[in-house]
Amino acid sequence: MRILNVRVWMLVIGVAIGGFALIGPEAQGQNMIQVKGSDSEVNLVQRLAEVFMQKNPAVKIGVTGGGSGTGIAALINKQTDIANSSREIQPKEEEAAKSAGVQPFRVVIATDAISIITHPSNRVSKLTLEQIGKIFKGEITNWKEVGSKDAKISLYGRQSNSGTFVFLRDSVLKGDYSPNMKAMNGNAQIAEAVKRDAEGIGYVAVGYVVNEKEEVMEGIKIVDVAKEAKSTAYTPAKMENVMSLKYPITRPLNHYTNGKPAGGVLDFLRFEISGEGQKIVRKEGFFPVQKDWMEFNRKQGL
Amino acid sequence: MKKRWSERLGFLMLYLAGVLVLFFLGVILFDIFIKGVGVLSWKFLTQPPRMGMTEGGIFPAIMGTFMVSIITVIFAVPLGMFAAIYLNEYARPGKITRLIRLAIRNLSGVPSIVYGLFGVVLFVQMFRFGTSVLSAGLTLGLLTLPWTITACEEALKTVPKSYREGALALGATKWHAIRTNVLPYAIPGMMTGVILGLSRAAGETAPILFTGAAFFLPNLPKSLFDQFMALPYHLYILSTQHHAIEKVRPIAYGTALVLLGLILLLNLSAIWVRYRYRQKMRG
Amino acid sequence: MEEPYEPSVTIEEAPVEKAWLHKRIDTKDKTIAFRKLRARRLNEILIEKFFFINGLLAILILLSIFSLLFVKGFPAIKELGWKSFFGSSVWIPNSYSTPQYGILSLITSTLMVTIGALVIAVPLGVACAAFISQVASPRIREILKPTVEILAGIPSVVVGFLGIILVNPLIAKLFGISNGLNALNGSILLAIMSLPTIISLSEDALRAVPNSYKEASLALGGNDWQTLIRVLIPSALSGIIASIMLGMGRAIGETMTVLMATGNAPALTFNFLNAIQTMTATIAIELGEVPYNTTHYYALFVIGLVLFIMTFVVNLVSDIILQKYQQVER
Repeated sequence: MRILNVRVWMLVIGVAIGGFALIGPEAQGQNMIQVKGSDSEVNLVQRLAEVFMQKNPAVKIGVTGGGSGTGIAALINKQTDIANSSREIQPKEEEAAKSAGVQPFRVVIATDAISIITHPSNRVSKLTLEQIGKIFKGEITNWKEVGSKDAKISLYGRQSNSGTFVFLRDSVLKGDYSPNMKAMNGNAQIAEAVKRDAEGIGYVAVGYVVNEKEEVMEGIKIVDVAKEAKSTAYTPAKMENVMSLKYPITRPLNHYTNGKPAGGVLDFLRFEISGEGQKIVRKEGFFPVQKDWMEFNRKQGL
Repeated sequence: MKKRWSERLGFLMLYLAGVLVLFFLGVILFDIFIKGVGVLSWKFLTQPPRMGMTEGGIFPAIMGTFMVSIITVIFAVPLGMFAAIYLNEYARPGKITRLIRLAIRNLSGVPSIVYGLFGVVLFVQMFRFGTSVLSAGLTLGLLTLPWTITACEEALKTVPKSYREGALALGATKWHAIRTNVLPYAIPGMMTGVILGLSRAAGETAPILFTGAAFFLPNLPKSLFDQFMALPYHLYILSTQHHAIEKVRPIAYGTALVLLGLILLLNLSAIWVRYRYRQKMRG
Repeated sequence: MEEPYEPSVTIEEAPVEKAWLHKRIDTKDKTIAFRKLRARRLNEILIEKFFFINGLLAILILLSIFSLLFVKGFPAIKELGWKSFFGSSVWIPNSYSTPQYGILSLITSTLMVTIGALVIAVPLGVACAAFISQVASPRIREILKPTVEILAGIPSVVVGFLGIILVNPLIAKLFGISNGLNALNGSILLAIMSLPTIISLSEDALRAVPNSYKEASLALGGNDWQTLIRVLIPSALSGIIASIMLGMGRAIGETMTVLMATGNAPALTFNFLNAIQTMTATIAIELGEVPYNTTHYYALFVIGLVLFIMTFVVNLVSDIILQKYQQVER
């Protein structure tokens, strides 16, 4: 049987290996803009990409999640064009980037307010930053310690690749999360878990639980947060609270590129911070870029 | 003869065990079918996802799984066949042969995520293939290899010795004898094994997590070095990481149904091949 | 099962080859015939070598995987020392303050779900195997055997998916706890995944017990149940144990199912109703986010190495048991 001629097979395998080895790195499919990273940003950027591609059919953009850490790692490993990051790049990552020859260039595209969510039956309606920190660090373990019934607190959070994870830890907890916190794969999973767990508490990006009309998603409750025990507690659902920084857990949502962007990437970034792009941001439940950050963007040449 | 109570009870438990296993499979298939069939349609199978995955179909995922599987087969089948030919036709009982068999058994037990680790270092980084159809296909190929070797060896074993001896007696060289008198009869059996191995590879997620699978790509992979969408990875993301988890739940069920359907189809065709082969051997 | 194939006629003895020695050929023919023969022999030897290399491939791949895990994991061990990995149960590589790489809790989590899975799957699997091989009528057998095969083919993502959607609320309701993503959930799912392995191999083992054993037991007055429990299963024990070990290996190495259904909380716990994080899930979660060639990256390879060694040992034990079993039978 001719197909079984061993010499032919040896030739085929040899050519295949040789061919790949030679053509390999050159033939990388490069005509698509790769965006990778933050789960908090993924559906927002996907929506922005969809609209942008409708207006510019020549450009193709692929958006994946995986967490801010994954995105920045991909940028450093030169596997993505844009890294979505819901936190700032860390010094360790900057070092790694420098040694890999990558220059992170930051653009802010939206504002997020990390929302603390609980089950609707939970009596607690406001918490201070300190309480939130202690709860997630595992120092407060029972709901009665914050004014609700006697029940163990069931913690939900993200995995360590999440920018939300890192941001909350560095700005509110200032310590490590409790090892009893269940590490979910994404914002939506946290929301879904808390919906079913009467003793649950979790943290999510605001766009996942509030829509542009400032309505809260069904089945969960957002806790108002106060800076200190005596201050007023604000809800992240209202744009006014977030833009004026009255709500204390606010953060910019970022893109990082390797060096100053150009071509299709630059066009896409410009679209995102344009009026139309910012309208889409709002529609997805997030908030527009704050004035200072917009200045920062302009100064960089966007 | 009247059976004692303990005996009756014992056999009842055995019966229950059988029923329970049937029950498990039944629940799995039933649940996925009922909740997934509503989403299924020609459009679902042939259109790409839209509106951030909340609408549209899963066509790119099906194509992606398909493409990766082709690479897996190209890699694992010849190598598996040749290794099986060695083991069954040429190998002499001895230390090396025993070591090879030990290695094969161990390889089939290695966790799929370890294959993923290996694939990331070897194919993505060292060979510089990047996260691509090629890297993922080769990684899956490694995963499938022990299975292919075993299956091909089993197929070769079922060919009677007399076939080989007859050819040799007529003056053929060993390879000639194998090529003309053994392989043609073993091919259907090998194909069965290959198809079963393929069905396993199609459902694996861990090896492709970091070697090439992506969630939202606007177009199909244009070359072997592009990333791709895949059914099992799609299901994973839809059910854990997606931003509108409850909204896309039906699509997740649909994906699971398509994946199961694909695997069942492959299994059935493997069984059909084995059936026809047995008929041929008898006749 | 046929013995390994041994050719009863080798190339050297084939009459054709010797024929040319005795045949009277004129000069021209002799040269061509000799050359042809030599070429064919060379061809044969090359082909045999080619197949031999392919055969060695399995060993090569196994060694490569091991050495890669070792080489990539070693920098982490060198930098942090054995104790920080194996002497601590706190795994926080991305700590706010000091990164910790203790994998003890990961190991115990893996062992918990594995043992939990075996507790469910072994009695169920062996009972089902006994049912299929001894008790079931041929018609029922025709239904059950394909069932087990199909169960074996269900991908781990699908099982994990159902774990999140079906088993999760079930456990929560049953035990009155707030959510069902925990070790118990993982154990149930892993049991479902290792059942087919245990069932089919145990069934093979039971069927391989010579009929004479069964007949002798019945002849001596034992009833069917006693025959099964006291004669058949003990005779097939090594095969059954080997199947359990293989099922165990599968449970240890399973990734997606535990990733989706066990809650992923890396705390050290022995409570099955708590969330846990297995070794495989840890690698799957964190491999995507580490920049290559950092300590955290190398640490993941250490976990991979531990996994590899565990499944290697389990396979080895299963092999030894099976070998002893075959010796006993002869």
